[in-house]
Amino acid sequence: MSQVAFLGAVEVGLVYALVAIGVFLSFRVLSFPDLTVDGSFPLGAAVAATLIVAGWNPYLATAAATASGAAAGLVTAFLNIRLRILHLLASILTMIALFSVNLRIMGRPNIALLQEDTVLTPFLGGTMSQYEVKPLFLAVIVVVAALLVAGFLASQLGLAMRATGANARMARAQGIDPGRQIFLGMAIANGLVGLAGALFAQTNGFADVTSGVGTIIIGLAAVILGETLMRGRSTLVMVGACVVGSILYRIAVQAALEIDALGLKASDMNLVTAVLVTVALVLPGLGSPVTALLRRGGR
Amino acid sequence: MILVADAAVVFGRGTPLETWALHQVDLTIPEGQFVTVIGSNGAGKSTLLNILSGDAPLARGRVEMDGLDVTRWPTTRRAGLVARVFQDPMAGTCEGLSIEENLALAAARGTRRGLGPAIGRHRRADFADRLSQLGLGLENRLADRMGLLSGGQRQAVSLLMATLAGMKILLLDEHVAALDPKTAEFVLALTNRIVADYRLTALMVTHSMRHALDCGDRTVMLHQGRIVFDVAGQERHGLDVPDLLAMFTRVRGEQLDDDSLLLA
Repeated sequence: MSQVAFLGAVEVGLVYALVAIGVFLSFRVLSFPDLTVDGSFPLGAAVAATLIVAGWNPYLATAAATASGAAAGLVTAFLNIRLRILHLLASILTMIALFSVNLRIMGRPNIALLQEDTVLTPFLGGTMSQYEVKPLFLAVIVVVAALLVAGFLASQLGLAMRATGANARMARAQGIDPGRQIFLGMAIANGLVGLAGALFAQTNGFADVTSGVGTIIIGLAAVILGETLMRGRSTLVMVGACVVGSILYRIAVQAALEIDALGLKASDMNLVTAVLVTVALVLPGLGSPVTALLRRGGR
Repeated sequence: MILVADAAVVFGRGTPLETWALHQVDLTIPEGQFVTVIGSNGAGKSTLLNILSGDAPLARGRVEMDGLDVTRWPTTRRAGLVARVFQDPMAGTCEGLSIEENLALAAARGTRRGLGPAIGRHRRADFADRLSQLGLGLENRLADRMGLLSGGQRQAVSLLMATLAGMKILLLDEHVAALDPKTAEFVLALTNRIVADYRLTALMVTHSMRHALDCGDRTVMLHQGRIVFDVAGQERHGLDVPDLLAMFTRVRGEQLDDDSLLLA
């Protein structure tokens, strides 16, 4: 694997690390199987790209994209909590609706950002090549996000959120309103995914309405891989595992694509991911805690 | 003081399966009193507990705690007034969280939860100190997952959790029913000690007449959603299980046919 290809894999892995942390929050912490991410990822990309093209400061545009992702999470939480729609269906409804919303926001299926200023512009043009700047910049954002989420989960409020997902009846008896925790958790989770979408658009130079397909499975693969490799009781280890899982997953995929004997094309990615997640769920002894939620007879 | 006035609870209202779990229950519990509640299956014991915790809505009547009308308060809002230990040892604690995290959750019961760390060093020392009083050696296992503990240990921790924050009443929902006899005796003794030490107002639902008489200072029997008798003080002191059975038969004018009540 060339250095550029390796750094490219790390870069994409870092973007999806934010997705993995979001998926960890919804699936694992809240026990809420949330497919909204397939819509909130391209939503973040669409909002950031559209605002940047309209002349917004890229950092403000990225913040707006994060907020829009959080809003999408709130919609799913609203459908589930207030309208009492099954969590899985609620998230699918939001995801489907977002496809139309994203097309409305962009006004066309894709937007190119090649000539525009992005969050990376201030750091480019120095001695480092853009192949090094991008992963470095993303690493800083991911580390900050991971520290914030880990700190949150260790706080009183974060502990209440973990109790909600683990034992809602006990949580209620301790004065925790599960509905409020789900609203908050879904907003944070999808906010992170919206941020990932915005960064994806800016590091790749385009936003595409179809870029969200399979986001949830890639996030899950990262979470499962991370939990299988790193087990620990501290929240920092749990969140760190998502980041490590995401990066390693991308490196593994890149390596597989480069082995000519396998004959894999980049477009085979979703199939490979789906097969890998299936294997991870079925293989005994490999089961990470999140797999309990994803199998029949689980919770 | 806890006041339940003219309380009625109905399940499946307006359907062919309409069931009145409580008919017309009046119960006043003065501060510091430990009440035990007995009755056969379907008598309304758990429902009585659930109207105090806020889990069962009243069709009629009201619930007051220290003069505060809490009838319409949901469970989460009552958490500052009510502590509860469930029958199922898995229900009252989070098995995926550590012992200290479970304690921290309970210590913040009824308060606003913020972004401060859930467990500080000071807190941890306090938890260890309280756990050591259980005599189970759990003070050395603060970071262990709750799921690693036995049912009896989990119920003991649940009891401790109940005492970590202020409350008006402690609800014990057949909390030793799922334990083996020896462990049940231990948890029951611990219950008596904790209720006495903290001078708690408590309501314990039990299937066992023996436990109902051995614990607390007042016994209430429910039958078909009504309180059929209520004994305390001297009158209760001299009672034994056969007396209780005789009283039941006299009050209801019918034979008691539920074996579970005899299995004390």
